[in-house]
Amino acid sequence: MLNDELRELYQDIILDHQQDPRNFGPMENPTHHAEGFNPLCGDRIQLSLQMDGDEIQHVKFSGSGCAISTASASMMTEALTGKTRDEAEALSQGFRDLLTGQLPNAEDADAAGLGKLRVLAGVQQFPVRVKCATLAWHTLEAALHGQPNTPIRTESINPTEVRKVK
Amino acid sequence: MFDSEEQNSMETLVSPLKNTKFDVDAIRRDFPILASRIHGHPLVYLDNAATTQKPQAVIDAIVDYYTSTNANIHRGVHQLSVDATRMHDIARAKVKSFVNADDIAEIIFVRGATEGINLVASTFGKQQVGPGDEVVITAMEHHSNIVPWQVLCEQQGATLRVAPIDDRGQLLWDEFEQLVGERTKLVAVGHVSNALGTVNPIRDIVDLAHRHGAAVIVDGAQAAAHMTVDVQELGCDFYVLSGHKLYGPTGIGVLYGKRELLESMPPYQTGGDMISSVTFEKTTYNTLPHKFEAGTPDIAGAIGLGAAIDYLRQLDWPAVCAHEEELLTHATDALLSISGVRLIGTADEKRAVLSFVVEGAHPHDIGTILDHEGIAVRTGHHCAQPVMERFGIPATTRISLGLYNTRDEIDAAVEAVGKVKEVFRC
Repeated sequence: MLNDELRELYQDIILDHQQDPRNFGPMENPTHHAEGFNPLCGDRIQLSLQMDGDEIQHVKFSGSGCAISTASASMMTEALTGKTRDEAEALSQGFRDLLTGQLPNAEDADAAGLGKLRVLAGVQQFPVRVKCATLAWHTLEAALHGQPNTPIRTESINPTEVRKVK
Repeated sequence: MFDSEEQNSMETLVSPLKNTKFDVDAIRRDFPILASRIHGHPLVYLDNAATTQKPQAVIDAIVDYYTSTNANIHRGVHQLSVDATRMHDIARAKVKSFVNADDIAEIIFVRGATEGINLVASTFGKQQVGPGDEVVITAMEHHSNIVPWQVLCEQQGATLRVAPIDDRGQLLWDEFEQLVGERTKLVAVGHVSNALGTVNPIRDIVDLAHRHGAAVIVDGAQAAAHMTVDVQELGCDFYVLSGHKLYGPTGIGVLYGKRELLESMPPYQTGGDMISSVTFEKTTYNTLPHKFEAGTPDIAGAIGLGAAIDYLRQLDWPAVCAHEEELLTHATDALLSISGVRLIGTADEKRAVLSFVVEGAHPHDIGTILDHEGIAVRTGHHCAQPVMERFGIPATTRISLGLYNTRDEIDAAVEAVGKVKEVFRC
């Protein structure tokens, strides 16, 4: 059987989002778009937003990734719908704080408005997997800050682009 | 004197007649790290293509060197420097015999296979590859045998040609034959693919390339620990390997090059040790192999690599190969018995590598779950993104074997893959 740490990591809600990701697929006419890439494992995500003024009306993602990155992206799309840009940015910061152990108590996480995103807190115990969980959120930051043509990466150097380095 | 002695033990090493029983339990006791526990489980180390574990003999050789002999080489008249120089020279001689080079001048110490390839690209490549020329590689190469040639071709106005592979991960010979022609100046090919396990027909590749006047460099990083490497029999012009994938230390590797080619090549790096005389007007380069070894080398690393070669030589090599082949067959059968598992790389001739995907489970999640069972495997693209693209997958889980692995370890890994399927209900 799995030990507690693994059970905490692969909770039912995470597996549910992995097997049936919400808001998955391409979006026509997004107002904001960005691509994220984790060269360590090859995970890729395309994130599209439709914003009306300051409000995020629709979010969709596509790509391929592990259970953690897929579930995180799926849950993120649900959490962002209807949020303002500032609220989305605050949530993004709160989520990264959660994964870096800066919100040790349930109350802190609630106060940050993380809601059911808290199920991903188990990733903390797996430092090499934190980047899987934060990939979608880094991509969100890129989309909100208008860097659609520069895929963001979880590593500073993308092996496929090494040849461009002189 | 030294050479003939080494030569004899080499013959013993490759004798096909000797076939005593292989005692894997005794072998395991030589590798102290194998007694470790990871997450409460005995370590099952199946990531040998990334790096191998080190026998006590290698660890001791490095400790002994620093404890009793440490000095800079080719320098002093003092006793320690003389001893250290001799040990470094002996290590080179061991490598020379291990790959059956003709002369110790043909053995250049480098940091690893990657540096060996970069050395050839920067020297031989820049000298021989010009505008309109072509460099041929295969679709199964590691990034380290792609990027240096990509950069060289960009710099020289040459073209990089990539020979395709079939659905089993084997070189498509007819296409390869078409690619090699009069414009080809260099063929760069892996001996064994790190992502697929495929063994390439080096002798045939060399014959074809040489008929067209092209040189051949072989990336032997994944081969040297799993088969006899005889550079004269292969006929290749250059061969590179990494010490740490051969049960030796990190930071040391080998470039073998044919003497006449090395003689005609410009130096790679310049500085101390690679010169015979320096004035402000002119510098004369040192003789081989020192011409390519600027600066103080990794002396302890070379001695450690020599100890690894000694360790391998006292084993019954045909029995080691038979043991690994039996493990590969067992692991292949066991993995294929799990529904939803697909092997990536099913060449007729393979060594030591099992890349696979599980329907419904991502390799990264598989790696985490196996790790919690104490099982070390590699997940990802294995620095071979074009291979992943060829098979239409983002990543694989890779089991890679070493001489100390057992059937029980394979069974533990396969059982853990079963747990993955439980978790993901796939």
